[in-house]
Amino acid sequence: MAEPVLVTEALTKEFGGLVAVDQVSLDFATGAVHAVIGPNGAGKTTLINLLSGELRPSSGRIHFQGREITGAPSNRIARLGVGRSYQKTNIFPEFSCLQNCWIGAQARLPTSMRFFRAARRYRAVAERAERALAQCELAHRKDVPAAEISYGEQRQLEIGMMLATEPTLLLLDEPLAGMGSDESARVIDLLRRLAKDHSLILIEHDLDAVFAIADTITVMVNGEVLETGPPSQIRTSAAVRESYIGEGDTS
Amino acid sequence: MSARSESRLVSRPLVGLLGLAVVGFAIFPWLGGQYYVDLLMRVMILGIFAMSLDLLIGYTGLISFGHAAFFGLTGYVLVMVTPETGSISVWLALPACLIAAALVAAVIGWMSIRTSGIYFIMLTLALAQMLYYFFNDSTKYGGSDGTFIASRPSVSIGSLRLLDLGDRLTLYYVVLASMVGTFLLLMVLLRAPFGQVIQAIRANEARTRALGFAVQHYKLASFVIAGALAGFAGFLEATHTGIISPAHLSWHESGLVMIMVILGGMGTIYGAVLGAFILVFLQEFLQDMTEHWQLALGLIIIAVVLLLPKGVAGLPKQLAGTVGGRRQSRDAASVVEANDG
Repeated sequence: MAEPVLVTEALTKEFGGLVAVDQVSLDFATGAVHAVIGPNGAGKTTLINLLSGELRPSSGRIHFQGREITGAPSNRIARLGVGRSYQKTNIFPEFSCLQNCWIGAQARLPTSMRFFRAARRYRAVAERAERALAQCELAHRKDVPAAEISYGEQRQLEIGMMLATEPTLLLLDEPLAGMGSDESARVIDLLRRLAKDHSLILIEHDLDAVFAIADTITVMVNGEVLETGPPSQIRTSAAVRESYIGEGDTS
Repeated sequence: MSARSESRLVSRPLVGLLGLAVVGFAIFPWLGGQYYVDLLMRVMILGIFAMSLDLLIGYTGLISFGHAAFFGLTGYVLVMVTPETGSISVWLALPACLIAAALVAAVIGWMSIRTSGIYFIMLTLALAQMLYYFFNDSTKYGGSDGTFIASRPSVSIGSLRLLDLGDRLTLYYVVLASMVGTFLLLMVLLRAPFGQVIQAIRANEARTRALGFAVQHYKLASFVIAGALAGFAGFLEATHTGIISPAHLSWHESGLVMIMVILGGMGTIYGAVLGAFILVFLQEFLQDMTEHWQLALGLIIIAVVLLLPKGVAGLPKQLAGTVGGRRQSRDAASVVEANDG
């Protein structure tokens, strides 16, 4: 098998006395969809924040494409090709939808310390921004301020901004959160399409969606990895059933 | 794309209005008396100063409360470089002033931008006050009284004298050109990739970082550019008045320029000039009317902040919004009626 896109070694994050992420060692395969599931408070979002550089790990290491990125700031990690979307919508509300993607697309320039030529004259940036907007199916909302589009559309824009940076690895924190079933179906389709040429790490509470699109599933409980394996294994795992899925519905 | 950046910065009718304003400034010296020419010159210089602060407050989201440091500093730099007899060439004096302002802005900015919110405000205030006390306590530069600038910088190429900055009218047009130039420069900056990033930082700093931008670098660059432009305004001010005192870099001056930006409308650039205009003329007329003019000024500022959250520059849009809003609620009411019927 090819080299994993991302590897964590005994990754740990403590907040005061609380261990939010505890000795997590995982390999995320290149080109695969790797879902992380678990009850609230299992440390899933903290794990994503560690991978994206928004939090510094207390101990342990992270390697992205063979390169150690432990402790690197989020902007450096983003430039290496790691994009992320947020559980709580995190956009530029007063900018138009296109401009939201534009900022992401511009992050691909070697530097934005460019003071004189108008931004809109950068054709490659414009193309990337338009492409990302089309990918998240918001081309028709191009000039509408992001604050004025629907919640579901804002969730799509969230993904579009990330795509505009042209990442190779996508960290998706509950992309379906709060969506209606139609909107969910659209985003699941989008994730399927993205999975063809990206590696995905996905946190999601919608287990139907997870089992439908994930190649590998990791179950986290109390900051620790309970089990990792293909969906068929997780679905039938006694340990997982007992500590997590068993609590809710067993669909 | 063009619709986007133009609607965000300057709309088409506004370009016409601003053009008219510039024409107004340009022909005023033939209509008004010397006194008002001086007053307008003050408006334009403070306008440049306020525009530079708007880059920070209105576009980068950095509430600097020490912006007068750069404005006052260049006056002192001009004193330092001006010989006791003869004059210094503007080609030396101006770069010296701009470099000094940019360097000091780099130092103050480097220390301040690692904080945010109230801490940023306090740090910029404290660092600027240090500079204030430095000049206030320095006997070499006249202490708290300040000092005269021996001569105005000369503008010449070789032995050819191009302009006489000592001539009121010449200086007036130099200041006018400087104001227009500063405005255009800021428009260019804001439309360039750099401008897009600082506006993104103001809107959502964490997300801008997560998208891959080293936001601290952009904030510092913005701070240095704004400091250099404030220094440019200070250079013009010192050339205009021929005097510099610590008051120019006190927190009082920093507060006044912030009021100009807020009065005029943050995040518009031209609003800063409008704010300077309003403040200077309010001061002028209120002083004539009553000795309690500062009380009246305070009340007016409070009224503007409460009633015009987008400043005077935002007034047309606000009026349009009110009318539009009424129409909308009327439509909504008719829908309700239709349902009832």
